Amino acid sequence: MGPGSRVERVGVSFDSFADFIAMGGHGFYVWFSYGASMLVVVANVVVVRRSRLRCIRELTDMARRQRNTEAV
Amino acid sequence: MGMIAAPTATSAPRLFWSQFQRELVSVVRSKEEALNPLLFLFLAISLFALGAGGDPEVLQNIAPAIIWVLVLLANMMSLEGLFRRDYEDGTLEQLILLAQPGFVPVLAKIAAQWCVSGLAMTLLAPIAGLILFLPSTVLPTLMITLLLGTPALSLLGAVGAALTVGLRRGGVLLAILVLPLYVPVLIFGSSAVIQHMDGIGTQAQIYWLMAITMISITLAPFLVHAALKISVEQ
Amino acid sequence: MTLKTLWHRLGSPRWFYQISRPWIYVLGILALVLLVTGTVWGLVFAPMDYQQHDSFRIMYVHVPAAMVAQSAYIVMGFAGVLLLVWRMKLADMVLATVVPFGMSMTLLALVTGAVWGKPTWGAWWVWDARTTSMLVLLFLYFGLYALRQAIARPEAAARACAVLAVVGMINIPIIKYSVNFALTLHQKASFTLTEAPSMPPEMWLPLALNVLGIYCLFGANLLSRLRLEILRRERGTQWVRDLVLSGSA
Repeated sequence: MGPGSRVERVGVSFDSFADFIAMGGHGFYVWFSYGASMLVVVANVVVVRRSRLRCIRELTDMARRQRNTEAV
Repeated sequence: MGMIAAPTATSAPRLFWSQFQRELVSVVRSKEEALNPLLFLFLAISLFALGAGGDPEVLQNIAPAIIWVLVLLANMMSLEGLFRRDYEDGTLEQLILLAQPGFVPVLAKIAAQWCVSGLAMTLLAPIAGLILFLPSTVLPTLMITLLLGTPALSLLGAVGAALTVGLRRGGVLLAILVLPLYVPVLIFGSSAVIQHMDGIGTQAQIYWLMAITMISITLAPFLVHAALKISVEQ
Repeated sequence: MTLKTLWHRLGSPRWFYQISRPWIYVLGILALVLLVTGTVWGLVFAPMDYQQHDSFRIMYVHVPAAMVAQSAYIVMGFAGVLLLVWRMKLADMVLATVVPFGMSMTLLALVTGAVWGKPTWGAWWVWDARTTSMLVLLFLYFGLYALRQAIARPEAAARACAVLAVVGMINIPIIKYSVNFALTLHQKASFTLTEAPSMPPEMWLPLALNVLGIYCLFGANLLSRLRLEILRRERGTQWVRDLVLSGSA
């Protein structure tokens, strides 16, 4: 065990849900950070997914049109 | 300007020297290009001195940082013209495609550029130190670090110059690409001078600067050559 | 499969497109499980730090982001080498697609680092070794982005970025040494990662989970971006047309 830490308790580290939100007074910092992280992660996934769907839609239209002109 | 005679099978050192001489000749012909960065250096130093109200104590403390940062910026200014002239009149293509080995003329160009920027700034550093009230005991350290660090600046900067030579507004892009790469040289160079002022030994920084320059000399020519090929093919 | 056949196969975008599909699901699910577990554990169950109290929990998002940000750039450096030396097509696409993820993670690391710094050191920003090298990394990413935007032809842009990525990758250890050398002298007492092994397992295990999770996320994201890029670049080919028409892209 290192100098900077000490196991306070085993199990949930907070006495109440209010304490959990407050994060010992640092609630803003912690929740902002976690929120930002979740945003970045989700954004990375969503952006790719949307671009992909759009691209497939475009390609399908293109392919259909081409198939129709070829059939003529 | 900078036209190349049809290459015969010249040895690498001869190729280097002939290109090097050509570069110096063209520098002498267009003196402004070489002088402007140096003028900028001293102008900017003077601005700092004036901005600090000519206060010796303040200036003495930040002099190493000021000098080093402005050396970085002035070096970058002189990098812009490194390949541009030859790019515009078509000799750059001949230079990299015909010469064997391809990176030798490039190395010569970079060496010539270093002479008119890094080396020149090293020699002029005492004046800069004087204007900023740098103690004279520290000047040798300043000069040594500049001497060892500026080749790396020229080499790394040449990579950026080669990548941006064909692009519009290449100057700003050059800064964005190259300044992060300059950070280690800046840190070691500046901290060496500051530490010397505080009486601490500076050997580590000197070794690091030498190492960085060595690594740059080994790698930069190939990368510059590759970058020039990309730029020229556009 | 021998290395040689793998090498040849990797040169075929079509093969890669097909082979990568299950991997996206594998890595994606792994990422989800690891990240959720790690985050919940770190947020709720990990014991409070003696010095920093609960603000240290930011570590569970800051450190993974910082680590993957650096790794992503190194991936690009290696892709650059593969492109310049062996002209591997896939490497070309890797260079085009990693930058958004890497840059967003670098920004996240910087922001969470600053937010962590405020309650810890009392300042939003300090010029210490790790913050500075993260900032320089951001500038390196930005350089790649700017260079790619400035060059019109995609093949030339990829090769130019390859050169820059190689130079940057070589510089990264040098930058880290230099900032470590010079800037730790002025550093105020701060929570350093090297103390991690001295943390009890209840504290660093969730961190390990999050780190693994974010690397899995990186992998899954990279694969899906690569597949998208393959579709874009191979749009004129028969196999892509057949693929989209059959609805199984």
